[in-house]
Amino acid sequence: MLRYVLRRLLSAVPTIFIVVTLSFFLMRVAPGGPFNLERPLEPQVLENLKRAFLLDQPLVVQYGHYLWNLAHGDLGPSFIYRDFTVSELIGKSLPYSMTLGAWALLVAVFGGIAIGSYAALRQNSFVDYAVMSVASFGITVPNFVLAPILSFVFAVVLHWLPAGGWGDGGPANLVLPVISLALPQLAVFARITRGSMIETLRADHIRTARAYGLPTRVVVVVHAMRAALVPAVSYLGPVAAAVLTGSVVVETVYSLPGVGRYFVLGALNRDYTLVMGTVVLISVFIVVFNLLVDILYAVLDPRVRYE
Amino acid sequence: MADTLLDIRGLDVRFSTPAGEVHAVKGIDLQVNKGETLAIVGESGSGKSQTMMAIMGLLAANGRAGGSAKFQGQEMIGLPLGKLNRIRGARITMIFQEPMTSLDPLYRIGKQLAEPMMRHRGLTAKAARARAIELLKLVKIPDPERRVDSYPYEMSGGQRQRVMIAMALANDPELLIADEPTTALDVTIQAQILELLAELKARIGLAIVFISHDLGIVRRFADRVAVMRTGEVVESGTVAEIFSNPQHPYTKMLLAAEPTGRKAPVPDSAPVLLEGRDVDVRFTMGGGFLGGKRLDIHAVDNVDIRLREGQTIGIVGESGSGKSTLGRALLRLNHGTGAIRFENDDISEATRQEMRKHRREMQLVFQDPFGSLSPRMTAGQIVTEGLLVHEPQLSKADRDLRAIRAFMEVGLDPTTRNRYPHEFSGGQRQRIAIARAIILKPKVVVLDEPTSALDRSVQKQIVDLLRDLQEKHGLSYLFISHDLAVVRALSDYIIVMKSGKIVEEGSTDQIFDAPREGYTRELMAAAFGK
Repeated sequence: MLRYVLRRLLSAVPTIFIVVTLSFFLMRVAPGGPFNLERPLEPQVLENLKRAFLLDQPLVVQYGHYLWNLAHGDLGPSFIYRDFTVSELIGKSLPYSMTLGAWALLVAVFGGIAIGSYAALRQNSFVDYAVMSVASFGITVPNFVLAPILSFVFAVVLHWLPAGGWGDGGPANLVLPVISLALPQLAVFARITRGSMIETLRADHIRTARAYGLPTRVVVVVHAMRAALVPAVSYLGPVAAAVLTGSVVVETVYSLPGVGRYFVLGALNRDYTLVMGTVVLISVFIVVFNLLVDILYAVLDPRVRYE
Repeated sequence: MADTLLDIRGLDVRFSTPAGEVHAVKGIDLQVNKGETLAIVGESGSGKSQTMMAIMGLLAANGRAGGSAKFQGQEMIGLPLGKLNRIRGARITMIFQEPMTSLDPLYRIGKQLAEPMMRHRGLTAKAARARAIELLKLVKIPDPERRVDSYPYEMSGGQRQRVMIAMALANDPELLIADEPTTALDVTIQAQILELLAELKARIGLAIVFISHDLGIVRRFADRVAVMRTGEVVESGTVAEIFSNPQHPYTKMLLAAEPTGRKAPVPDSAPVLLEGRDVDVRFTMGGGFLGGKRLDIHAVDNVDIRLREGQTIGIVGESGSGKSTLGRALLRLNHGTGAIRFENDDISEATRQEMRKHRREMQLVFQDPFGSLSPRMTAGQIVTEGLLVHEPQLSKADRDLRAIRAFMEVGLDPTTRNRYPHEFSGGQRQRIAIARAIILKPKVVVLDEPTSALDRSVQKQIVDLLRDLQEKHGLSYLFISHDLAVVRALSDYIIVMKSGKIVEEGSTDQIFDAPREGYTRELMAAAFGK
């Protein structure tokens, strides 16, 4: 198992390398640069800035330089927030994003599994259809539509919750962002869980459990749920990725000081190193999360063995 | 009667389906006495399984049971779940047809064995585990102290069925319902399981309801027989009565459906059509980009085979013996090695393009009549698809004409050729698969378990059809099967395979009447109960 984990982590290196390379050059293809301000800088100042940030060098040299620093764990200085390194900016904002993401993931996973199982146990009933219609709605409505609507209804019209901002990080400030972020994923999870649960409930070993007088609760929770979770778990990787990218939108809409907002600001301001830093962070996170999912997979299903 | 254990009166099962209500069991009466074995015999769809499912409260969600089934005076039909759960798994237990899937794949077998004991008898986890080991010993699982911690996927089908039997015996039930318990197993394993059941029954004195379509097993195993057909019990009586003096025409038909007859051998002068020398096939499993353990399987190990014109070679063996792989290697459908000659051409090194001209003369019919026909094509399109490749000059009308002729030849109504596969029964589908092969006028047809998925009476019809076609077109067959009765009826030469090697070969008479090898004798004994 340890060997497997090491091998998986090693195999992530080329993945991240490709992501870094692609985003590095794509960013430079985009017109403009970090110092194209509304009021142009003095040519001499611009020259000095470019020299300081190596922008006067050929692109390949800059790329090599970035890779060299990255290999040493240095994400470089921010082009815009000139008193900070990218690592400092991310370090400052990551706790907010982690809090938001963790809550959203928990709500999506546990909510989705609970709702999906409930619908499966009452297949083709009114409750089933109602729950699944809402789930379809959740999948079709993107969070950049959902977030402003929630904010409008619950903050502007009803005045129940704040419209945005982190505040003290309490539940009032978190509810709307977490729901906006979690709802589409919760819907997907509910659908997958319902499908696999329905299939599992028809399986031969469930018939065996019932034939041996086990009460419905045990049949469902002990035998059916575990089998039904296997396909749902394999979807955790994509869900985690979706929560990460979704947080870019949600943090912007609710003006939360997380990594996602830096990503957007960085992209708009052509803050090359800041964008690269968040890209590296997100890809590392996705790789690690997919690994965790695969390990969880082996825990749930003893037939899955890694060497 | 005082010693009636289970008294079924007017039991009725209905399923509501989108196509209307299906009346699966039509008010049947049946009695099971203490300590006896009642066999319920019937073909698929006869309602034999659903009868018992209804009593155990295991009908699918769209099923409803009516009538009465009293177990020791306790009405089972409509019994609330709480009360039902005190009977099932404790006083009535079940084993199922599918040993591979009837155990929960995610839990160790020890835990699965312990669960009903802890629930029904209040055993502690420790006591239940000790008893589980004892039960595994009883059902003859080797090394039970270690195997109790195995997962189902670590065991063979036969072993899993033994575990199911252990589970069924755990709470000393009064009635055991065995729903086709050996159908999915190889013949030698089947014989061992039946022996085990008979032994346990004699020792413990429990009553068994034995649901089966296999009359040979029923005759050996049961005390009384009830024959079911389309939801009704058409006849019941002791084994002796039913087998020696059947009254109902359906019972007579079932008994007569055992495949009979033998094929006359072809003369040695008959030309050799397909020949394989040193045929060898290996598979590698595992491995890959990130490494991992590789597993080499020697599926076919240096086999020689020679098929003459008009001959039928029966290739028999248990699952995993390499018989299907050999058939495929001879048709160059896998990456086997060895010298393979078809007529006078060496095809061992032929490329896919070079093989194409031979393909029409070498056809294949598969076991699964459900999976081997495309569900999105009509029966007519399926049958004529090969003509598109091999006789592209034919017009649409010509192809249709050929389809009509092929349909008639295999005994299908030609007007049904525009229907889709799901509208046909299993036997009809197998006829479509045969029509698809013979429409190309092949010389060799490899039949890979073509009758295994079919009921006995349908099987007999297919056997007769294959015989007729052979006679009419001078076909040569490679008949791959684990069913010795069918092989005996169709082949004139037999090859017995085990673990990729030929154990014994010879004429049908010699193999069946005077087998030389121990393994062949073992197979015969298991299949015919000699």
